[in-house]
Amino acid sequence: MEAIHTTNLTKQYKHLTAVDRLNLTIHQGELFSLLGINGAGKTTTIKMLSCLSMPTAGDALVGGSSILSDRQAVKRIIGVSPQETAVAPNLSVKENLELMCGIHGLSREKRQERITELASQLKLHDILNKKAGKLSGGWQRRVSIAMALISDPSILFLDEPTLGLDVIARSELWDIIRSLKGRVTIILTTHYMEEAEALSDRIGIMKNGRLLVVGTARELMEQTGAAKFEDAFITIVKEAK
Amino acid sequence: MRMLTFAKRCAKEILRDPLNLLFGLGFPIVLLLLLSAIQANIPVPMFEIAHLAPGIAVFGLSFMTLFSATLVARDRESALLQRLYTTPLKAVDYILGYILPILPIAVAQSAVSYLIAVALGLPLRLNILHALVLILPIALFNIALGLLCGSFFNVKQVGGICGALLTNLSAWLSGIWFDLDLVGGVFSKIANLLPFVHAVELERAAISGGMTDAWPHLAVVLGYAAVTTLGAVLLFLRQMNRQ
Repeated sequence: MEAIHTTNLTKQYKHLTAVDRLNLTIHQGELFSLLGINGAGKTTTIKMLSCLSMPTAGDALVGGSSILSDRQAVKRIIGVSPQETAVAPNLSVKENLELMCGIHGLSREKRQERITELASQLKLHDILNKKAGKLSGGWQRRVSIAMALISDPSILFLDEPTLGLDVIARSELWDIIRSLKGRVTIILTTHYMEEAEALSDRIGIMKNGRLLVVGTARELMEQTGAAKFEDAFITIVKEAK
Repeated sequence: MRMLTFAKRCAKEILRDPLNLLFGLGFPIVLLLLLSAIQANIPVPMFEIAHLAPGIAVFGLSFMTLFSATLVARDRESALLQRLYTTPLKAVDYILGYILPILPIAVAQSAVSYLIAVALGLPLRLNILHALVLILPIALFNIALGLLCGSFFNVKQVGGICGALLTNLSAWLSGIWFDLDLVGGVFSKIANLLPFVHAVELERAAISGGMTDAWPHLAVVLGYAAVTTLGAVLLFLRQMNRQ
């Protein structure tokens, strides 16, 4: 089944086409990575799909609902962890999670159940009562992902989730993302080739707003004859007009 | 329900910032005590407690502008708002969620100012309750002004504009510290066109029990509160759509 289906999805700013007629299908339970150099259109794509930004042309169905005409329905089934750390700094981790539960309309019993479940899954027990603003970058990212997951979304957007993290924090986040695979459809943007290769079911490479190729890491390596995925990426991007 | 969750969060963010408590509560109290001490030694009608306390209560509300502006600007900068825009929260939930929790904080701040004033000799009468009710439109104006600034400026700019410029503007043009008629001319005319002096006169009329004098001032304050709230809502929606 399709989780996301875009049809000629386009975002045009004054003199810049940030996303150019994107046609893409992402299947349910899939972990799909969007790769590209700066300004490729990855974040703009995620912003349109998560109802943060209106497309200039085209449409997308997210969980079967249009991002143009049924935005509230889309918002009810998605979770988003933005590129910047988006936590309420003076609230404890537990209060941040409760905030998201309340905003998504979860009952009191369901809230406790979800918080306990996520605290266990993301190993947050020791920091539940700490102020979110006082945590390290790695822990704030973990909290940010927990906030995105609290409503039990069927589609999760992770925009550069490991940006600026040290190697241990990154590896721990990879484990968390892996543990979600299959249950949640995940759309991930990243600059890190090894991250996309290690985590993704399929990868889409973008440049100047256009989707150049879609395939598994192995397929893209075979297509370019490269021995390493990073080389395949470089070849695809360099060869594109 | 969703709005209340968001409002609760906003209240926590404000009340847990020690600087907010220090300035929001501490500053008006210090001013009242200091000026009353001066009044005890060098009596001037301007600083008699029944005249001074309403002015201090209104001046204290300028911190509500700072609180709301800082909260909105910080939420925008930290991308928390970006995250919340992807949830089922609606525009009205954000607006009310920012405004409603600051209203009781404003009333509490004014109540503390009047309580200190009672300790300093202000007669404990029902008029204080009237003054506390009439503080609501003044507080709404101040909070909406903060929402407007927070939707437009970043945290650093908000500190300069709301923390310094607006606080000074509301102090100089309010008639709290000196009689505007003594300056007269253009200064007095400008001050009378703005809401600050009317807010102070509204509170003074309430405290003195002269409610017939209060209505024209209330009309000006309500007008400014309505226009500022509308402006804040429109600007917030604009930046929400631009996001």
